[in-house]
Amino acid sequence: MLEAVGVTSVDDLFADVPAAVRASDWQVPPPLAEQEVRAELARLAVRNRIPEVSFLGAGVYRHLVPSVVGEVIGRPEFATAYTPYQPEVSQGTLQSIYEFQSLICELTGMEVASASHYDGATATAEAALMACRLTRRSRVAVSAALNPDYRRVLETYCSGPGVEVVTVPADLAEGGTGTTDPGAVGELGDDVACVVAAQPNFLGQLEPMRELADAAHAIGARMVAVVEPTSLAMLEAPGAYGADLVAAEGQPLGIPASFGGPYVGLMAARMDSVRQMPGRLVGATRDADGRKGYVLTLQAREQHIRRERAASNICTNQALMALAATAYLAAVGPDGLREVAELSVTQARHLAAALEDAGLAERRFTGPYFAEVTMRVPDAARRHAALAERGIVAGYLPERDEPALRDTLLLAATELTSDDEIARLVQALGETR
Amino acid sequence: MSVAEPPGRSDPSGRGAAFSGAAGGAELTVVEPLIFDASRPGRRAVRFPRPSEAAWAAAAAQPGLPESMRRGTPVRLPEVSELDMLRHFNRLAHLNHAIDLGFYPLGSCTMKYNPKVNEWAARLPGLAESHPLDPESLSQGSLELMWLLAELLKDISGFPAVSLQPAAGAHGELTGMLMTRAYHRDRGEGDRRTKVLVPDSAHGTNPATATMVGYETVTIRSNERGGIDLEALRSALGPDVAALMITNPSTLGIFEDQIDQVVASVQEAGAIAYMDGANLNAILGRFRPGEAGFDVMHFNLHKTFSTPHGGGGPGAGPVGVSARLEPYLPAPIPTLVEGAPAEVLANAWAGRTTPGARFALDDERPKSIGKVRSCYGNFGMFVRAYTYIRSNGSDGLRTISEDAVLAANYLRVALHDAYDLPYDRLSKHEVVFSGRRQKREHGVTTLDIAKAILDHGIHPPTIYFPLIVEEALMVEPTETESLETLDRFVDVMRGIADQARTDPEALKRAPTTTPVGRLDEAAAARRPDLRHSFPDAEDPTA
Repeated sequence: MLEAVGVTSVDDLFADVPAAVRASDWQVPPPLAEQEVRAELARLAVRNRIPEVSFLGAGVYRHLVPSVVGEVIGRPEFATAYTPYQPEVSQGTLQSIYEFQSLICELTGMEVASASHYDGATATAEAALMACRLTRRSRVAVSAALNPDYRRVLETYCSGPGVEVVTVPADLAEGGTGTTDPGAVGELGDDVACVVAAQPNFLGQLEPMRELADAAHAIGARMVAVVEPTSLAMLEAPGAYGADLVAAEGQPLGIPASFGGPYVGLMAARMDSVRQMPGRLVGATRDADGRKGYVLTLQAREQHIRRERAASNICTNQALMALAATAYLAAVGPDGLREVAELSVTQARHLAAALEDAGLAERRFTGPYFAEVTMRVPDAARRHAALAERGIVAGYLPERDEPALRDTLLLAATELTSDDEIARLVQALGETR
Repeated sequence: MSVAEPPGRSDPSGRGAAFSGAAGGAELTVVEPLIFDASRPGRRAVRFPRPSEAAWAAAAAQPGLPESMRRGTPVRLPEVSELDMLRHFNRLAHLNHAIDLGFYPLGSCTMKYNPKVNEWAARLPGLAESHPLDPESLSQGSLELMWLLAELLKDISGFPAVSLQPAAGAHGELTGMLMTRAYHRDRGEGDRRTKVLVPDSAHGTNPATATMVGYETVTIRSNERGGIDLEALRSALGPDVAALMITNPSTLGIFEDQIDQVVASVQEAGAIAYMDGANLNAILGRFRPGEAGFDVMHFNLHKTFSTPHGGGGPGAGPVGVSARLEPYLPAPIPTLVEGAPAEVLANAWAGRTTPGARFALDDERPKSIGKVRSCYGNFGMFVRAYTYIRSNGSDGLRTISEDAVLAANYLRVALHDAYDLPYDRLSKHEVVFSGRRQKREHGVTTLDIAKAILDHGIHPPTIYFPLIVEEALMVEPTETESLETLDRFVDVMRGIADQARTDPEALKRAPTTTPVGRLDEAAAARRPDLRHSFPDAEDPTA
């Protein structure tokens, strides 16, 4: 091959690297055979200790991943293809994205859904920036009860174009509602592009979303609803309570926790705002012989066409994770998704009652909650750490982000939460008194 | 049964189209019905247990969800059996081209083989089931893996610090530009430096990223050899320039042979030198951007380090930075807090855990630009990339670039007479041909050529990019293809060039063997159909 190319050595192929900047030596270790590299990865995997009992959620939830979902996304025709630039040989990917968009529209009650975003946090940030483009305003109001990780990502994204982020206060007082105050929205002024609030919120409480949306609209702002997708089997669809934009983390839909990713961000909107939507969109069309087919469409919004005038710089998204969500929703169906939501809600109440009955904890807030509950637990941080040493994760410590929530635990239940786990938590927490 | 028969073999077109259904008002042939079409009431793939008596009683004793917050209409998800659903997705899979099926020389995307041991590793329960917010004492394996991968990426790139957080290449660009701005602001030059220089050969994400950070993009022309025009660059550089974003090797597959002077000029002007690392696959062990004076670069783990592209993600776009940008990296950063780094590395390279070593997430970074993604990034991609780097090791990584560059040059020489080659010089990872001769002489466009390639079971090159090449065909073979595959591609491409002379009309009808023919993209944009419409009769809201 060297001869065919007309060079005498491999080094000749790199003659264009100026001598002054050629790489010096590195310390990359020698290669490993498959059995060796497996041993190394197994070493790291067992250094993690997967807890036997866990009530940790806080944005990432332990749900059943049906075996068939892993089978679908493991197909090399999906996994080893790329962005469907040649639709004639990418109908599998394109149709699955069209089905994904359809399912997300159906779940959220919205008219259009994007082909996916990196995760729930970046989808939320992109939705807020989209609201700024739609309203030509540059302030974003965020509920104090939004996932703090999302808040941080949103602030970073907003710092790009210089969008100001302000807080809509929530009632975090002892025995309060733990929800965002719609009355405070009206005091934000008339230059706010959107109100961002989560349903259920980070503390598990159910927000007055309709009142928040009405308050947002009254000041000419858009309502960005951040939702948990399995909850939508039971809770009102954002489209029905007046949300203009919906963002969500799709991880609960068949995607393992995997220490934070890859996940999939969901975004949905109304059709009249589609041209300001970031990211890929797939649409149906036909070929010359009358066959139905799918293509990437409305690409005039995107970076590879618009360059510096694009709606976002997003290029690669999370297609394979969107496929996982699509396969998950098909596998569980409407009854299965409802059962997931109902079991999670039921076990969360079982958990809260068990802790209260044992005199170990009581609910920090009043008002309805979904499948995650904030409990007041004396000396929470110490006891949380003590339980971790025993392989029991007693949820999340909200005081990490909000000092006012000292001595509380945020505990999540899902359909995988067993009665035995609840009993073991009650027992172990009692022993740390 | 709920789903119709598999694609018909009696279809005279051979495309496997066998279904007819109503869509958009006209009768269209449907290759594979939507999953919704397979839905039959009561069918399901997955069952869940009932709550226990105790759970039920506890829930019943508490107030339920308020009626006003409950969903009014049930979610219309498909109701399908596991077999029906699996067959649907398997049939969809059959409609895709993929690396595992055939050659995929899609320029700038580095469609190399993705070794299966990477997948094995990512599915290890200890890694896949690790919750990102578990106490650090339970997550030492995940944290060590991230720390080790960052150390390897630092060594490979020559940068002293790395963040793994960005989820894709464009996301890494955003991170890099936000750090650039934070740096200038910190020095009191934030208001003055408002421009980002981008060569005309750049990927569209570069100018789009500059805009997201509020910068104005200034385009720098390329010279007649396809490199950045040094004079044009120097005259554009000034006290108002925040950064140069340059892809090296470029999207023409050319190494900037004056890169040392480019970097020196940018530094002299007080600007940040950003390298788009999309094409790192060509230069492993030959050029380390950090060592050469760049301030920041994003890696594409889904290109250079073989994590699967997934039909368009997930990717991962870590960034490496110079010492002066290090304070601005996204937080948190996995850090070794107890133990000697050299000892921990030596042990890890020998497959051993260092007793007493402890890792933690460093979130106390006051100058950080913040977080760009929830948690810590696409961890599953880190597992695969780490597995890949350890499998290949030092020698393997060098060989990857040598073989990738050799393959691109082989195709350049083998096809240089069949297609125009606007920049006929040493290639790196890819080579960009032009179909302008075929267009001018025979009316055959690059789009026609790409569609004709499809009929040979090969994915076409990237087309009409970079923008500075007329009728561009951007070919990136990668190191994982055999000589026989490259030779077959040469035969196919020469055959198409011949056919452009002898039977141009046939090329305009291509492709004829794919599941669908050329699709009407204009109609798709004119009348957007972006979701399934439920028949009114089944619509409970109607």
